[in-house]
Amino acid sequence: MKIHPAYEMLRPDKNFPNVWCPGCGHGIVQGAIIRAVQKLGLDRDEMAMVSGIGCSSRMPVYCDFNSLHTAHGRAIAFATGVKLHNPKLHVIVITGDGDALAIGGNHFIHAARRNVEMTVVLMNNMIYGMTGGQYSPTTPIGKRASTAPYGTAERDFDPCSLAKAAGAVFAARGTVYNAAELEKLITQALAKKGFALVEAVSPCPTLYGRLNREGNAVKMMQWQKENTVNVKAAEKLPPEKVRGKIVTGVFHDAETPGYTEIYDRVIAKARGA
Amino acid sequence: MSKLVSAQTGNEAMAYAMKQVNPDVVAAYPITPATEIVQIFAQYVADGDVKTEFVAVESEHSAMSACIGSAAAGARTMTGTSSQGLALMYEMCYIAAGLRLPIVMADVNRALSAPINIHCDHSDTMGMRDAGWIHLFSENAQEAYDNMIQAVRIAEHADVQLPTLVTTDGFIISHGMENVEHLADERVQKFIGEYQPQYSILNVGKPITVGALNLQDYYFEHRRALADAQAAALPVIKQIGEEFGKESGRAYGLVEGYQLDDAEYAVVALGSTCGTAKVVIDSLRAKGEKAGLLKIRSFRPFPKDEVVQALKKVKFAAVLDRSDTLGGYGGPVFTEVRSALYGEASKPPVAGFIYGLGGREIDMEMIEELFRLMKSGEVKPDSVQYLGVRE
Repeated sequence: MKIHPAYEMLRPDKNFPNVWCPGCGHGIVQGAIIRAVQKLGLDRDEMAMVSGIGCSSRMPVYCDFNSLHTAHGRAIAFATGVKLHNPKLHVIVITGDGDALAIGGNHFIHAARRNVEMTVVLMNNMIYGMTGGQYSPTTPIGKRASTAPYGTAERDFDPCSLAKAAGAVFAARGTVYNAAELEKLITQALAKKGFALVEAVSPCPTLYGRLNREGNAVKMMQWQKENTVNVKAAEKLPPEKVRGKIVTGVFHDAETPGYTEIYDRVIAKARGA
Repeated sequence: MSKLVSAQTGNEAMAYAMKQVNPDVVAAYPITPATEIVQIFAQYVADGDVKTEFVAVESEHSAMSACIGSAAAGARTMTGTSSQGLALMYEMCYIAAGLRLPIVMADVNRALSAPINIHCDHSDTMGMRDAGWIHLFSENAQEAYDNMIQAVRIAEHADVQLPTLVTTDGFIISHGMENVEHLADERVQKFIGEYQPQYSILNVGKPITVGALNLQDYYFEHRRALADAQAAALPVIKQIGEEFGKESGRAYGLVEGYQLDDAEYAVVALGSTCGTAKVVIDSLRAKGEKAGLLKIRSFRPFPKDEVVQALKKVKFAAVLDRSDTLGGYGGPVFTEVRSALYGEASKPPVAGFIYGLGGREIDMEMIEELFRLMKSGEVKPDSVQYLGVRE
C-alpha cells in the first residue's frame, strides 16, 4: 500500500476529530505547509507549530510537530516566547483573520516590528467560522456576516500591507485554489530569518459562502481560480481591473536582521565580547 | 391574560430578554457557547427591532471597555460572553464595578483553559467572585430570561449601582430548548422603567470625573462603599424578585428551597444541576425519604442569613461545586456555605463535592448516591471529595 507523503508529518494514531467542514480550504493549507517543510528537509523535532483559537488554529493538533494550542489571539505572543527560549526552532504560527488581526492584532504588529523570526500562516476566510460567522477585520465592506445581516459598514485590513508596514521581512499571499503557488510561498517564508507572513486565502463555504450567496465549495474555488491576479501582472493593469480580485505573490521581501540575532549581539556586548 | 410562550434555548431566551429590555448599547465579541446571544441580538438591531447601538469589537477586553464608556455616559448597557472571553474581561470588570456602572452581562458558564474545553463548569464566573459584580445563577432558560430582566432593575437600583452578571450553564441551558414564558414587551418596559442615571459624563450641567486616581487617601473608602452596595443589594434582589413574581407569577428570592422545610438531608447547588436534583428529590420523596435542595440563586451578594436559616434543621448537607478553588479547602460554594454556618448554634455538618468540570456529566444516580451516602453516614463532615472523576 502506498502511504501518502504527508502521513509522516501527521498524528494518524491519535484519532483527533476533524473540525474543518467539507469544502473548507484549511486542509489544503496544511498540505502546502507539510510539503514546504518536506521540501526544505526540516527536522520535525526542530519545528514548533503554535496556534490560538479558531478553525485555523486546530492545525497543530493534527501535525506531528512540537505543538502549542493556546488562547484566542495569543499565538504570536506564545511563539515569541518559544523562539526566544530556543532560537534554533523553526516556529510556524497558524492563525486566522479574527485570531491574528482582531483580538491578536497587537501581537501581530509588534512581532512584525521586532522582526521575531517566525513564519505566520494566516488563513484568511474573511469571517469567524468557529463561532458562527461573525464579521472579522478582513470581511470586505458591504459583505454579509451573522453580525452584519445587511452587510458590514467597516473597512477591511490588508494583512500583507499591515505586516510590511509594521516591519516584517516577508509578506506574500496565495490561494488554496493554487496550492502549488501557496506551497512555494510558504517555502520562501520558511527560509526567511525574520517575521514572514503568508496569507492563505481559504474559502469558508459553510458561513461566508452561504451568507454571501457565493455558492458551494466548488463555486468558491472556481471564483478563486477566475479572480486571482499575480502581483506582477496586477502592477501593469489599471486599478479597476484589479479591484475585487485576489492579488497573489510576494509583496515584500527584505533582508533585515532578526530579533534573536540582534538580541544575541546585545548579550555578547553586555558580556564584553 | 393569555400567556406568551415559545420554545427557546437559553441563549435565545437571553437574547429575547435583551430585545425586550431594548438597551442603549451592546458591545460584544463572539465566543462559544455564548455567541448566539449577541448574534441573535445583532439581527434584532439590523432589523430595527431595537434602538440599540451595537458595537462589534475586536476582543472581549474591548467589549467591556466599550460597555464601561457607554455606561459612564449614562446609557443602559448590556453584553454577553463566556469562559476565556470573561477571563479576558476581568481587568475591565473590576473597573466597571469600582466605577459603579450598572452594566448587565449574560455569561454562559464554560470551563477555563488549559486544557481547552468548551463545556460547562462554573470556573469562569467564579473568577468574578471578588470583582464586585452581582452574580445570579439560572437553573433553566426560563430563569435566564427572568433574571436578565430583573438584573436591569437590580443593577440600576439607587442603593446598588453595580454591574450584574446573569449566568446559564454552557450547552446544558444555553443550547437546550424548552418552553419559555415571556412578558409582553410593554410590561417588560414598565417593569424596568426608564433608566435615570444618577451621574453621567455627558451631563454637562453636573460635570463629574470618572475613574480618577485614589491612593492611600480615598481608595479604601471607595472599596468599602462597594462592599456596602453588595450588602444593600440583598434586600433589593429579594424585593425585585417579589415584584417580578406579581408581574409574571414567577417570584424569586436570594435562594430557593425545594422540599427543604422538613428535609433531613439536603444538597446545595447552583444552576442547572438544581433541576436534576429536584427530579431525584421527587423520586426519593415518593419512597418516603426526606430529601431536599437548597438552590443558591444569588452567589454575590452571598445570602448568608438565608443559607443559615434554610439549612439549620437538616441533618447533613452536601454542597456541590462545579468549580475548584485549587489549593483552597473545597470549592467556592462549599467554602461560603461552611463559613456562613460556622458559629451558628443550630447547623448541619456539611461536606463538599466538586463535580462536572469541563462538562463532565452529573446524572440522577450520582445525586441519589449523595443522599444515600449522607444517610448512611459514609460522608465525613467537613470532607471535600471529587465526584465523577477518574482517580
